Amino acid sequence: MRSTLRSPADALNFWLVVVGALVVTGIGLAAAHHMESAGHAATGMGHEVVWGLPHVFAIFMIVSASGVLNVASIGSVFGQPVYKPRAPLSGLLCLALLAGGLMVLMLDLGRPDRVLVAATHINPTSVFAWNVVLYSGMAAIVALYLWTMFERRMNPYSRAAGLAALVWRFVLTTGTGSIFAFLAARQAYASALLAPLFIVLSFGWGLAVFLVVQATMFAWEGERLDPAVQRRMARLLGIFIAASLYLVAVVHLTHLYHAKQVAFEAFILRDGGTYPLLFWGGYVVLGGLLPLVLLFHPSFGGERSTFAASALVVLGAFAWLYVFIIGGQVFPLEIFPGHQVSSSFGDGQVASYSPSLPELLLGLGGVGAAFLLTTVGVRVLDFMPQDDFAGVKHG
Amino acid sequence: MNTPGTPSRPSRRAFLGAAAATGATGAVLLAPGIQLVEVAQAAAPNAASAGGPGATALPGANPRVRWGLLIDTTKCAPGCTDCVSACRTEHGLPEPKRRTDVQWIRKIEIKAIDTGRQGSLPVMCQHCAKPPCVDVCPTGASFKRADGVVLVDRHLCIGCRYCMMACPYKARSFVHEPVTDQKPDAPRGMGCVESCTLCVHRIDAGHMAGGGSTACAEACTKAGHGAILFGDLNDPHSEISRRVKEIRSTVLRADLRVEPGVHYLGL
Repeated sequence: MRSTLRSPADALNFWLVVVGALVVTGIGLAAAHHMESAGHAATGMGHEVVWGLPHVFAIFMIVSASGVLNVASIGSVFGQPVYKPRAPLSGLLCLALLAGGLMVLMLDLGRPDRVLVAATHINPTSVFAWNVVLYSGMAAIVALYLWTMFERRMNPYSRAAGLAALVWRFVLTTGTGSIFAFLAARQAYASALLAPLFIVLSFGWGLAVFLVVQATMFAWEGERLDPAVQRRMARLLGIFIAASLYLVAVVHLTHLYHAKQVAFEAFILRDGGTYPLLFWGGYVVLGGLLPLVLLFHPSFGGERSTFAASALVVLGAFAWLYVFIIGGQVFPLEIFPGHQVSSSFGDGQVASYSPSLPELLLGLGGVGAAFLLTTVGVRVLDFMPQDDFAGVKHG
Repeated sequence: MNTPGTPSRPSRRAFLGAAAATGATGAVLLAPGIQLVEVAQAAAPNAASAGGPGATALPGANPRVRWGLLIDTTKCAPGCTDCVSACRTEHGLPEPKRRTDVQWIRKIEIKAIDTGRQGSLPVMCQHCAKPPCVDVCPTGASFKRADGVVLVDRHLCIGCRYCMMACPYKARSFVHEPVTDQKPDAPRGMGCVESCTLCVHRIDAGHMAGGGSTACAEACTKAGHGAILFGDLNDPHSEISRRVKEIRSTVLRADLRVEPGVHYLGL
């Protein structure tokens, strides 16, 4: 077994990584405690931007959790041999990201001590309440799926569990997109396209996270990923990036078609300062076009280029979510169409938002928790993808 | 055995007895927001009118009534904030000094882009018949009473702020700082969302039947403007009903069809 052959230096490195992740998670928890004691006045949020940087982290992790499971689905449900050995890692990452994302989401509540109320009092018309069910269900199904993969006697049920996970993750990401899609009064949201957009974004973000983790694991073990496998996964990431860019463009073009939304689009795409910069520079160029070049240009496409492209996709995801979540809230609500308005409550003004340190630390704490779960999980159970090279080289 | 003069420790029998008695009228509180027994969720809105131990139980919110406001923007004086101050005093809200301070009601100055016509008007919770805040609230903390008043149950609010995202009127405030000097009729709490209650404590105390009004409407009348009128929109004989029938009023963001209970004249 791999674990019995480890050197003392390797064990030390493992514990150093675990301690590092624990420290980051602990700092995140301390930040959340500060936010709960001092109130959300300790954050940059206000009555305009009610969901700040923690939501950017949380939604990234939750959407990626759904997308990362794609790797398992392609293997188990669609029978692709390259992806099959990666299914357990895909499931573990899904659980870890889900846990990290939910940790941030729950600790950013005004009353995190009442989190159980969300489970005991469910309003059936609330998309948030649906998501409580969807997230817990997702964790249960993926845990079951992992069991069917690891327990030999349960192997025959693996495909069925994989199919259930596939269906559930589509519903889950639809639910996440719908959190925003149902906000009828907000110019930035209120679009049925947001559900499919989140699904497509999840494909790219999840695969990018998977590729970063996989490359790190192979580097740690001093092994090389088979070039054929690497090329296939890189190509798939490229397709997901292109599809995401296309759907994002469609959402904005749809908005631009409606006169009532032109002002918001002008703000977010041209006049809004940081937001257009993050959209075009962060998401489109760094998180979209550059990764496509790195993945498809004949001069690149190798292991390092794929890693860089994946890391850039993650960076672009944060940029896009920041623009989507924060930019969508700073733009003033149009309560009096056709009027200029002003008040002591920020009406008619573009709101300002500067994320505070506790917010950032809470977000990073969630990433730390996901990282910790992944690191420990990979060590305790055998999640390292074992490729049958003869079977995949010409696949 | 308990000795006289020392605080007695409740026996199990006494606890169970109290629990049973509580269960008959409400719920047993296990932890903040967690109730072991909950009877008739619909009765929750009556809690405001319960008036504490020994009080005679008042009938619940009257479903035949639709409380609302009519705001005549032609009478609303620019610069006057008497309604805002009265609301703050009535509910123990702090004077807004920081950007995070709550504002249940605010004055908005408006100017038509095409004609340049200017005006001034107060905006508060519009007490919609189809409130988006109630639809999105995951725990049911945001609720609409049978008489149309939209409220937040402070025991169920987890502070997710989804209602603030959903409200088309920016009518809700999140309590960002610890609260002090609370009024018994307006319980508040850090980490929860709150908004105009349409002075529900006055409604439940029966003040409205005697011609009473909300704090904001009262202050506006006292200031001599008479721009805010409170009343029952369902009662054909009420002044508010007569006026909305006679003069064309509008509601904010009528396109959203959330059917606000606050109507505006002269917009």
